[in-house]
Amino acid sequence: MKKLLLSSIIVIIGITFLGRLSYLQIFSFSPDQLLEDPAIKAIYDYPERGYIYDRNGKLLVGNDPAYDVMVIPREVKALDTLEFCKLLGVDKEKFIKELKKARVYSPRLPSVFVPQLSKQDYARLQEKMRRYKGFYIQKRSLRYYDTPSAANVLGYISEVNERDLAKNPYYTQGELTGRTGVEKVYEDTLRGRKGVQYIQKDRFNRDIGRYKDGSLDVEPEQGKEIHITIDKDLQEYGELLMHGKWGGVVAIEPSSGEILSLISGPTYNPSLLVGRKRSANYSKLHYDTISKPTFDRAILAEGSPGSPFKTINALVALQEGAITPSTTIQCYNGFYVGRTKRGCHCGGGARNMNVGIYKSCNAYFAGTFRKIYEKFDTTDEGHDIWEKHVKSFGLGNYLGSDLHTGRKGRIPSKEYYDKWYGDNRWSSSYIISNSIGQGEIAVTPIQLANMTATIANRGHYYTPHLIKKVEGKDITLPDFVKPKHTTIDKRHFEPVVQGMAEVYRKGTARGVQIPDIEIAGKTGTVENFTIIDSVKTQLTDHSVFVAFAPVENPQIAIAVYIENGYYGARYAGHIASLMIEKYIKGKITRKDLEKRMLERTLLHEYAKPYSGEEFRINEYDWSQHAKKPETELELFQR
Amino acid sequence: MSGRSVLKRIDWVSVLFYILLVTIGWLNIYSSTFSDAEPSIFDFSLLHGKQLFFFGASIATIVIILALEASFFERFSSVLYIISIVLLLGLFVFGKTIAGATSWYNLGFFNLQPSELAKVGTALALAKYLSDIQTDIKRRKDQLYAFLIILIPAFLIVPQPDPGSALVFFSLVFVIFREGLPLYYLGIGFLAILVFVTTLMFGTIWVSITIILLLVLFFLLKKKRFKLPILPIIIFAIVTIVFSLSVNFVFNNVFEQRHRDRFSLWLRLEKDPAKLEQIRKTIGYNTYQSEKAIESGGFFGKGFLEGTRTKGDFVPEQETDYIFSTVGEEWGFVGTATVVLLFSLLLLRLVYLAERQKSSFSRMYGYGVISILLIHYFINIGMVIGLLPTIGIPLPFFSYGGSGLLFFSILLFIFLKLDTNRLKEGI
Repeated sequence: MKKLLLSSIIVIIGITFLGRLSYLQIFSFSPDQLLEDPAIKAIYDYPERGYIYDRNGKLLVGNDPAYDVMVIPREVKALDTLEFCKLLGVDKEKFIKELKKARVYSPRLPSVFVPQLSKQDYARLQEKMRRYKGFYIQKRSLRYYDTPSAANVLGYISEVNERDLAKNPYYTQGELTGRTGVEKVYEDTLRGRKGVQYIQKDRFNRDIGRYKDGSLDVEPEQGKEIHITIDKDLQEYGELLMHGKWGGVVAIEPSSGEILSLISGPTYNPSLLVGRKRSANYSKLHYDTISKPTFDRAILAEGSPGSPFKTINALVALQEGAITPSTTIQCYNGFYVGRTKRGCHCGGGARNMNVGIYKSCNAYFAGTFRKIYEKFDTTDEGHDIWEKHVKSFGLGNYLGSDLHTGRKGRIPSKEYYDKWYGDNRWSSSYIISNSIGQGEIAVTPIQLANMTATIANRGHYYTPHLIKKVEGKDITLPDFVKPKHTTIDKRHFEPVVQGMAEVYRKGTARGVQIPDIEIAGKTGTVENFTIIDSVKTQLTDHSVFVAFAPVENPQIAIAVYIENGYYGARYAGHIASLMIEKYIKGKITRKDLEKRMLERTLLHEYAKPYSGEEFRINEYDWSQHAKKPETELELFQR
Repeated sequence: MSGRSVLKRIDWVSVLFYILLVTIGWLNIYSSTFSDAEPSIFDFSLLHGKQLFFFGASIATIVIILALEASFFERFSSVLYIISIVLLLGLFVFGKTIAGATSWYNLGFFNLQPSELAKVGTALALAKYLSDIQTDIKRRKDQLYAFLIILIPAFLIVPQPDPGSALVFFSLVFVIFREGLPLYYLGIGFLAILVFVTTLMFGTIWVSITIILLLVLFFLLKKKRFKLPILPIIIFAIVTIVFSLSVNFVFNNVFEQRHRDRFSLWLRLEKDPAKLEQIRKTIGYNTYQSEKAIESGGFFGKGFLEGTRTKGDFVPEQETDYIFSTVGEEWGFVGTATVVLLFSLLLLRLVYLAERQKSSFSRMYGYGVISILLIHYFINIGMVIGLLPTIGIPLPFFSYGGSGLLFFSILLFIFLKLDTNRLKEGI
């Protein structure tokens, strides 16, 4: 027994050790430890981020080198402080303060000592820097915006956060990534691929040579330059026109789905989100919760389309054979829903499609809408058909574009109304507001523009997109180059397009005519409400206009949505016509109109709900038009 | 006795294990101090060279030991012991302080650590005392003297402070056990450690419940013919529970925070990740780094001179107390298992050798050697792989340290010399 005691202890200890070692080295071992290994430092070589050009090859975003003076406090050796301060252009107190700050952060790791030197300072300092141990100059690349506009399209880059790091193992702390817009969507293309060198460190974080003689190192891959579909001049011009106005303007080339301009008002200069003041500027923009400059209204603001939606109802009715272009419907300066009369401002009389569209006759479209549903045995069936057709225009769902964000809008389904009214307890009369684009329908400006482009194309659209070329090569993505066809036959579009052309010639938009350009368009005036002190309060109508031009072989389709701009032709119509002229002719002939649009703002309208005082809406104080038109919906509901 | 016959009779198996361990140890010291970058102002490259020199010195000393008469060691054991005690006392006046511990004499070309010498001296003296015909280990008085031989150097070493080395002397208790000290001393000691650890891990309540359950189980299962007194066993159980209660008190009120942290880390008591991180950065830094280094080695290791953590010097004291982490990182499980096996085999071989001694002095000294080597090996590797709390003692034959290697060699080869002489002694 006693003889065996020591031997058994030796054996037990041996087995315990082997057990523990196999646990550590076999079961806990995971081979992928290169980056977790604290003894290996990865030094990254960041390629230059790709440039962004507009559709005509004009530079939108480039890079600006920036030079930071860095310091590693523990490596700082005695130096001629006075001379060094003079060289850097800082005083001695700042020198001591910054050095202390850096030491508090870490004595071993580099800190920024003087950020963003000018190029001249850099040139002057570069050679002398070697004399000062512990200091060095690090080159960084900052985004440089060659335009004051398109902030919402281009987006910005910022440091990766915890979520980015968790989502994508490519990034490490402190790296930059596209946060919104093109910078975000085409992050991988623009960014390129960083190179990496593995360096062996000791526990004091000192480099002691290349790890495995650099056999695992990776060469950087350059970022690619891209051309986007935006027309720089049109975008800048549109943003000038949107000065002091809230809303969205989206212009699309119908033959390709390329987004020519995507304007949100109010917006901001993209250069604000670069450099040392980025964070402060961003907070200022982000916390402006009234005008919301960071909220991209062109793609996010969902609102009733108003009268432009009438064209869709006309197309659905034609497709389903509910009407023909010559079918007439009587307008009694309105129409009856049960015993209630709803108003119309078109003047009354027998209306066929052409007149119905260009005079924007509410009675005509209410009748048309009912006829669609009457074609079917049940309201449910009729509604399904209507919904299917409407959705084929890209409404009520995401467009699938390459924008970093978007909204679905809303094309209500039968389930939506079942929930509201109960199953089989509603009919077309209940949802008659949909006939004139009010009611439960909601669209975003880009959906509206796409809808217009679809009509311009007489029945198909290309998914709106921003990317045009990558490294000078045209894109071939099937999502963007293959047309998407609507469920409406091509032949039904012509009568509707003719109606829209008449809108411009003699209808609601005759005031916005441009010499030599034939435009097809449709005005819209959208009632809207807000809640002030828990009271539902009506505000000045939104001004909406959709158009494409020329009528044959359209080059541009545009949707303009101006919040509280009053009737359709008032702001939206003018802005749309100026944009079209700018794009097609390249210059503006109607200088007085341009001047007025550039100067007029709607800020007084936007101030009203916040003033705390009683206010009037839809004030007609603009002497441009002889007659004060009644708003469509006011009449409609009379 | 001629030199030839010594070489013929020496236990070459042990010698082989010794040479393998020293060689592997030296390779790892070389790796841990190796630097392929430009030499820095700290000239680490000298260490493995120094160690090589001491290996040579050890060989020379071994030759002298083998050449001496075997009886010399028995005769001079008391003298050696007294010299050790005097040297330990002298440290209070002439000692040189390295890393906070006054454990060295500065001899110019190297630093002598008298506690190393004392290990040899005490092992010899204890063997001498116990093998004396007058000594009867069953007698309380003789037990006390035997313990005193062990405790005197230990108490002189504690205030250096070097509690690790002091602990080594307690391992010599095994020798006394081998020679007849009742085993229940060991049983009680073991039980106390068990209750201490389990109380910290599971709490007094669970420990008490387990003890009571065991008690009940014992009475239910015991055969009728066992006439065990019930009362002492119940008293024993109560004492155990009270001890368990006192553990909590001592842990929370007597221990300092750093002690508690060490135990928390060892027994994985701390669950709060933030505090754990804090412990890992401070008191548990060495253990954490060494565990990580060993873990990163995997099964086959990163290869000789390829250990990134070793190169980066991440594990402090890696060429001395934490040398085993380098083995783990560069040689993987294959390497660590080999080292553990080599130590186990060497120790088992020494047990075999000790048991075949006819002279009781040789046998007892053999046990002393085994005990000292075993406790170093157990505590050092246990600490490096995170099984035991941090106690700084070197790994025999492995750790860098000139006098360490020299005295471990002396310790071992005195026994191997005695072993060559076993046949003569018996007659």
